[in-house]
Amino acid sequence: MNDDASTFVAPPPHPGGSFWLPVQGSTKAPEVDSLFHFITGISLFFFVLIVGLIVWFLIQYRRRPGIEPQPSPHHNTVLELSWSILPSLLLVVMFYRGFTSYMDMRTPPDGAMEINVNAKKWSWLFTYSNGWGEPELHVPRDVPVTLVMTSEDVIHSLFIPAFRVKMDVVPGRYTKLWFNATEVGEFTLFCTEYCGTRHSDMLAKVVVHDSVAEYQQWLEKASDPYTDQDGQPRPLAEVGAMFYTKRGCIQCHSTDGSAKTGPTFKGTFGTTQKMTDGTDVVIDENYVRESILNPMAKVRGGFRPVMPTFQGQLKDQDIGAIIAYMKSLK
Amino acid sequence: MATILDPAIGAGGEDSPVDNYLTHTHGWKSWAFTLDHKRIGMMYLVGVTSAFLLGGIFALLLRAELFTPGPTIPLVSHDMYNQLFTLHGAVMTFLFIIPGIPAAQGNFILPIMLGAKDVAFPRMNLCSFYLWLGGAVFFLAALFLGGLDTGWTFYTPYSITTNTAVVSATMGAFILGFSSIFTGLNFIVTVHTLRPPGMTWFRMPLFLWAIYGTAIIQVLATPVLGITLMLLMAERIMGIGIFDPALGGDPVLYQHFFWFYSHPAVYIMILPAMGVISELMSTFSRKPIFGYRFIAMSSLAIALLGFLVWGHHMFTSGQSQMSAIVFSALTFSVAIPSAIKVFNWLATMYKGSISLATPMCYALSFLFLFTIGGLTGLYLGSLSTDIQLHDTYFVVAHFHYVMVGGTLMAFLGGVFYWWPKMTGKLYDEFWGQIAAWIVFVGFNLTFFPQFVMGSRGMPRRYYNYLPEFEFYHKMSTIGAFLLGVGLFIALWVLLKSLKSGAKAPANPWGSATLEWQCSSPPPHDNFSHTPTVGDPYDLESTVYDPKLGGYKKIASPAPAH
Repeated sequence: MNDDASTFVAPPPHPGGSFWLPVQGSTKAPEVDSLFHFITGISLFFFVLIVGLIVWFLIQYRRRPGIEPQPSPHHNTVLELSWSILPSLLLVVMFYRGFTSYMDMRTPPDGAMEINVNAKKWSWLFTYSNGWGEPELHVPRDVPVTLVMTSEDVIHSLFIPAFRVKMDVVPGRYTKLWFNATEVGEFTLFCTEYCGTRHSDMLAKVVVHDSVAEYQQWLEKASDPYTDQDGQPRPLAEVGAMFYTKRGCIQCHSTDGSAKTGPTFKGTFGTTQKMTDGTDVVIDENYVRESILNPMAKVRGGFRPVMPTFQGQLKDQDIGAIIAYMKSLK
Repeated sequence: MATILDPAIGAGGEDSPVDNYLTHTHGWKSWAFTLDHKRIGMMYLVGVTSAFLLGGIFALLLRAELFTPGPTIPLVSHDMYNQLFTLHGAVMTFLFIIPGIPAAQGNFILPIMLGAKDVAFPRMNLCSFYLWLGGAVFFLAALFLGGLDTGWTFYTPYSITTNTAVVSATMGAFILGFSSIFTGLNFIVTVHTLRPPGMTWFRMPLFLWAIYGTAIIQVLATPVLGITLMLLMAERIMGIGIFDPALGGDPVLYQHFFWFYSHPAVYIMILPAMGVISELMSTFSRKPIFGYRFIAMSSLAIALLGFLVWGHHMFTSGQSQMSAIVFSALTFSVAIPSAIKVFNWLATMYKGSISLATPMCYALSFLFLFTIGGLTGLYLGSLSTDIQLHDTYFVVAHFHYVMVGGTLMAFLGGVFYWWPKMTGKLYDEFWGQIAAWIVFVGFNLTFFPQFVMGSRGMPRRYYNYLPEFEFYHKMSTIGAFLLGVGLFIALWVLLKSLKSGAKAPANPWGSATLEWQCSSPPPHDNFSHTPTVGDPYDLESTVYDPKLGGYKKIASPAPAH
């Protein structure tokens, strides 16, 4: 495995959409696209006009021996004022349409379903009403959803092209974004504010369920990682493996022995390793726990201190599961 | 006021003096300590072209890496890629585009266009060059001190937390800021005090109006960048808590400060380009520029309105809805003066005698590409469409159409236009034109696909990308290498002319501005007597003389002023 490839498996591009724009997946999309195509129409008109005139003048008035330039006025106030003022009127229309649809985008309807979003280098965590957190965004169709977002480290930005929504996710404050999905299926969510090494791998899957009932069903099942679909308990290492993928450890830590942004999980537990400050530390339960809750305390030699904390996001039971998973990777 | 007419100059300068600024003195010290604006201009030209070469190599490495969705070329990892796009942006912006036209071409041409012997403060001028060099050294130092991976925008809090050489690079940009301020101040004073008798404000060539407008922005906006970068350094070194949210600071405040400079800086980059294009359009159409006053005033309008639109870089940053709306409205207002210029340049070609000489090829490329760059700005100024397009490749394509399609084309057009004046040599016209068309095709192939992938959702600054965007990225990469080939041919054409080019006449293109009245290359003092000032766009006052291989001035009525 090449350690620089993305581990994200993107849903296939949704069919539909036009040459310029992806599929229309939310109630906002038709409105935004209509303005987009309106501007395209105006731009094409002026582009054809300007380039047409350039080509025509080039042919008609190309330099030929013995033919002098013909006299023509050096200015024409009426003409110049009209080509200044008339396009301005089109700009007013453009501004107005952008402004009204923007106000709709920024004003969530009352009673929208809320999902909390925590961004950090380089993973997303979506926390649902029952307290369960997932790296995937699941929403029901035809229900307004508001994302209440904050970042734990640097500025990120949440972008779902199919929904035509984007908002920066800023540390130390909350920003909001809302949409009403109209298409069932899977879409990709991107981070669009540069946030360091693995910015381009900070993607997430968006799943739109057909109905609220289907969404609730999914949430109930997902909320209990310690039991499987039939209600039977799962082996602890398997639960740890699930946390490993869902909480974003997978972005920086491999399980095949290769070094990525962080050290590998494979064959590490129980060994003695050098830290950046030169000390030797045994990788035991206490070290793993400390590294998850306070990653800067002891940084492995040869790696940069870039890991965010998982304080408050992983319970002791969950950390235990991750340790069990690490122990299983011999 | 009466002026003295030099017979030699009036006749087209055919008996040009043997002594010129290149041969006036010898030895490396005569260059290192020169106060001659022409030599300083040439040193700037070499400097900014080297910076452009460096930035261009970074760009080709980036594009090569993006040829496939995953890792593509050896050694370019995530971190290396992030450093490459950061350094590409920072080098191109701070070391090439900002000083490109004003400091290199402006320094050489502005005083001669004014019929002056030099700029108002020659020592300050040399100092500005060494500040540029000093800034460049800090940038190169950053390259070796752990690189730089913040993006050229240095957004907080990322730039506070990364362990790359942010302090060295921001120190470099800080020093470059002083270089820019010195140049701007010098040009403002020169235009105010050294205009020759008879050259009223509205008889100035439009290149001077553009450089003057630029200089105002340089002097007013650059200090804000300086302070902002100082605060960033203080935040990193001392943790003063202005931008760092962990210390109660506001990371978005940094974006306001940064764009308060960097949006006007966009006009520092494009205004001089517009000035060059005004000269080229008139000269190569052999027509007086159409609507002189509208063009001159639109330069000033752009310079002033450019200060009021910075918030349009921040529509998704979480700034208040009211400010987003106001900034969107103001943004549209700045579109008008640019549109006016395009229409005026078009009207200048009407009923002209249009030559497709190399500089005009670049000027026409400019017109084509800048039109696309300007029109795609409308999508970004409109609020709801910008939400979709912000921080995607659509924005990357848009500003490359304006900055490369606009400024670089004008820079190249200007270099090919003034090259005979600067060096006294004529270049190979055929290969000059071939290079220009390769550049044009390569440019469009590189950047047009980026509009499409951007509006379809491809974010910028991505090392890995989804396979659905691969087709567009492949086209873009092929285009980038074609663009590189075109630029290398252009460079080769110019360098070859130094060795084997024919001797250039004083006025090879038939322009009526003053720099074409002194010999090529100009003598040390530019003019032995203050030249007569006429209408800068009275092209009928020059006629072609096959004996000279260039144009000469015919007796025209004495200026009325």
